[in-house]
Amino acid sequence: MPFIPHTEADIAAMLDSIGASSLDALFDEIPVDLNCAGLGGIPPSLSEMAVTRLAHGRAAQDGFYSSFLGAGAYEHHIPAAVWQIVSRGEFYTAYTPYQAEASQGTLQLLYEYQTMMASLTGLDVSNASLYDGATALAEAVLMAVRANKAGVRRVLLPDTVHPRYRAVAQAMVKNQGIELVGVPFDKASGITDLAALEVMAGEAAALVIPQPNFFGALERVDALTDWAHAHAMLAIAVANPLALALLKPPGLWGEGTQTRGADICVGDGQPLGVPLSSGGPYFGFMTARQALVRQMPGRMVGRTVDLDGKPGFVLTLQAREQHIRRAKATSNICSNQGLLVTAATIHMALLGPEGLKNVALSSHANTRALIDKLVSLLGVERVFSSPFFHEAVIRVNIPVPDVLRALRAQGILGGYALGRDYPELADCILVCATETKTEDDLEQYRQQLERILSRRNGRDPSVPPCAYK
Amino acid sequence: MLIFEHAQTGRRAHAQAPYDAPAADDLPAELLRGTAPLLPESSELDVVRHYTRLSQKNFSIDTQFYPLGSCTMKYNPRACNTLAMLPQFLARHPLADAETGQGFFACLHELQEMLKQATGMAAVSLAPMAGAHGEFTGVAMIRAYHDARGDTARREIIIPDAAHGTNPATASMCGYTVREIPTDRQGNVDLEALRAVVGPHTAGLMLTNPSTLGVFEKAIVTILKIVHEAGGLAYYDGANLNAILGRVRPGDMGFDAIHINLHKTFSTPHGGGGPGAGPVGVSERLMPFLPIPYVLEERGLYRWAEEGDCSQSIGRLSAFGGNMGVLLRAWVYARMLGGVGLRRVADFATLNANYLAAELQKAGFDLAFPERRASHEFIVSLKKLKDATGVAAMDFAKRLLDYGFHAPTTYFPMLVPECLLIEPTETESKETLDAFVTAMAKVKEEAEMTPELVKGAPHTLPVRRLDDVKAARELDLAWKPV
Amino acid sequence: MSIPADLKYTKTHEWARLEADGHVSVGITHHAQELLGDMVFVENPTVGRNLAAGEECAVVESVKAASDVYAPIAGEVTAANGSLESAPESINKDPYAAWMFKLKPSNSAELDGLMNATSYAAHVESEAH
Repeated sequence: MPFIPHTEADIAAMLDSIGASSLDALFDEIPVDLNCAGLGGIPPSLSEMAVTRLAHGRAAQDGFYSSFLGAGAYEHHIPAAVWQIVSRGEFYTAYTPYQAEASQGTLQLLYEYQTMMASLTGLDVSNASLYDGATALAEAVLMAVRANKAGVRRVLLPDTVHPRYRAVAQAMVKNQGIELVGVPFDKASGITDLAALEVMAGEAAALVIPQPNFFGALERVDALTDWAHAHAMLAIAVANPLALALLKPPGLWGEGTQTRGADICVGDGQPLGVPLSSGGPYFGFMTARQALVRQMPGRMVGRTVDLDGKPGFVLTLQAREQHIRRAKATSNICSNQGLLVTAATIHMALLGPEGLKNVALSSHANTRALIDKLVSLLGVERVFSSPFFHEAVIRVNIPVPDVLRALRAQGILGGYALGRDYPELADCILVCATETKTEDDLEQYRQQLERILSRRNGRDPSVPPCAYK
Repeated sequence: MLIFEHAQTGRRAHAQAPYDAPAADDLPAELLRGTAPLLPESSELDVVRHYTRLSQKNFSIDTQFYPLGSCTMKYNPRACNTLAMLPQFLARHPLADAETGQGFFACLHELQEMLKQATGMAAVSLAPMAGAHGEFTGVAMIRAYHDARGDTARREIIIPDAAHGTNPATASMCGYTVREIPTDRQGNVDLEALRAVVGPHTAGLMLTNPSTLGVFEKAIVTILKIVHEAGGLAYYDGANLNAILGRVRPGDMGFDAIHINLHKTFSTPHGGGGPGAGPVGVSERLMPFLPIPYVLEERGLYRWAEEGDCSQSIGRLSAFGGNMGVLLRAWVYARMLGGVGLRRVADFATLNANYLAAELQKAGFDLAFPERRASHEFIVSLKKLKDATGVAAMDFAKRLLDYGFHAPTTYFPMLVPECLLIEPTETESKETLDAFVTAMAKVKEEAEMTPELVKGAPHTLPVRRLDDVKAARELDLAWKPV
Repeated sequence: MSIPADLKYTKTHEWARLEADGHVSVGITHHAQELLGDMVFVENPTVGRNLAAGEECAVVESVKAASDVYAPIAGEVTAANGSLESAPESINKDPYAAWMFKLKPSNSAELDGLMNATSYAAHVESEAH
């Protein structure tokens, strides 16, 4: 019996101790007419060898691509040590650290993680993770509304925030009667239109500020933060944590010495040591100013001392959470993404401040080089003028689906088609080149795109197809 | 010692990142960071040794028996981890076209179908990323259903007082008011109280069955009839689904929406707090409201169902569709067990719980519901022991740690004073259960003879009892360099 | 358990004291702080807020629980005890000295509707069963 250690003799002895005649007798409180006759619809058991062969076959069927997709999930090198340590049974098979004395490993790691994230974002406190960047944004919206003493239930959510994040936030807050209001972007620069903000009527509890935004462009975060505060709103940053190794941390956003910076920062921790994994598990992070700590959702670890005065770590401020506060909890979240935070902490510790910054700089440089190569082609142009981090938008003069399909046939995932979220950008592609890309990778993309464009635009193919895959 | 205290300025793990990189001279200075973040500067060996040593300060399933009630800490098969981490699965970008991931989709589609079979529901979405996220999804669908019918006066969710805290917290997140109903002396929902609260304001009922008291709700059909006749829908909290796999299905009981904790019933790891996965199942009438994405099969090709496929969907729950790696682990587990093996999960979880309950009772412990059959878990009350010796359930739990057993769940459910909620799971052997009974009896004896020893526990772990009052009063949530 | 005879009490375990200046001080009872355990945080209503009788207006938090505090009678909040923010343990030490906030009653007669010490003691007793 897979994973069940009982011998026939064990079963007999145990039933005897219970005073039951059979295993079936243990279910005698279930009304008879509800009994189902087993699970015949589920396929028969496979041995580990057989399921291994099946899984390997399916993985091989999917293969590998040279990917220039970003749009919220990024390919980065992850040091081998990260997942070897994460996969240790003591981390992998431990429970939530409610029994603090038996969980000091996980608790100390989380405290270190909170320290790293607070510093990276320039804010005071961090929780121990949420599900992903999108749900973290939804939680930040709920938090800002809770913190609003005047009872304002409206939050400004610019159109340059990841479309999926906006969809998730909408799904998660609408039942509480909270209104999310879009803010248009400037068509030339690709960043939130400050002039449009000025004419937005009505009050709001918060303004969401992405950095970089969904187009990879860098927003004018200082002006946006100051604008939010001048209008009695909280400033909620949505940031790529890797970019923050290079960019001004949200806690310092704003001009002059009077600014208090963004109030809350959220985002997806995937770029910090988490594989793409077809979409998850990733983890959402959230940091905030100290004054908002009791409004935060999710677990938090605090440092304290034991009976002998020796330092140790515990889950703290649990009275905010569902297992104590029930209907009045700050969130219903219980399970979080602890193991991914374990990976991120080890990843950040291995890279250090300089390593992380170099990854950010290399990604930025590779994307710059890619954009330069691509816009040198006839029929390709850059769309937005703003500086960008490691993603940018290009426009092509033949249909985007055709371009991407033709690239895919050559083993290249050419980027994200923006038309499904922004109809006015139907001829545009969001491209990303992280530090994992070599000069050769970038050149392959350029050559293949050139060949596709020339063919469709009626010129002779100048470059032979490449069997990258 | 913290990782930061191991660090030295100028030390690098140079193999791990680009050695150097061109300056970002095109970016405006006012957008750049001035001072470096507080990350440690360490060698690879320092980091590996530090976190390996930290891991050794944890209890885990791989190292200790973990009879944590309602948490289902059973063995996490290693093949699930290895196969979910095949390089192609890890490298796949979530926004890559479906054509590039047919192998991956085939696994997910099979899991979706197997979960339908295991639960008797009409359709399943794998999108929710944890149990509480599944609860949110379920209640949001119930709300969408009523709203679509113009039935907007229904704003109350009924929840038994023994429920997990996530149930009432979920109802609040969905903009609903909670009506709590009591439990009777046998551990069942109080039917009269239920009849008294249902009505035109009832949106639905959230119920765990077997309940958190470790007993099967015998009147389940009547309970659901009362709710349905009042116009409400019924939500099944699948936290305890492992107790009834292959014996009775939530769909057959008459539930409209359910979630399944894959990190419990389907043995994906808990990872020190997560990730989990909380797929939802629905009856026919809730199908239009399922969250996106879910896997569709059309002419032998798989793809995600998205916005255009289901106009009434409650929407997206995550940026990229869910905790795929957890779903793959559950797929491997379900394929290895098969239909027969999954039924055995319930059989042997129940056998182990009833055996452990019987042996503990023989050793002089009080069961909270001695006249009831235990499901996969049961409750011991230490009230008499506390009254006699002053040793509380928490002290008792801490002393068990000294004997190398993780503590059972303490102080939940709150209905039973000084309770230990004990769930042995099916993967533990009779010898382990017997050793646990011996340790329990030993701690009881210590409580009676030398109560101070137990009250001061643990004595053998990396730290002694920690001051959580100080932790909350003098918040220290992030290290600061001296 | 201490239940001073000169105070008024609510079923939700607040005490109310009519001060010489006509204002009413409010806190939580000895029994309430005992149930909650070591206090770690107090959130008081803002001064100037108008409360209805029975309105949820403050929170007391221990490590293992958080509990709402309700206004015993209607009135305007005229003071909040700021010292509890840094020293919430004062509530455990002397719950009847550690007032949380003061009200200017809308109608002082409402105080007569609250329980006296004898009926509160009986109420606590009845809740224990």
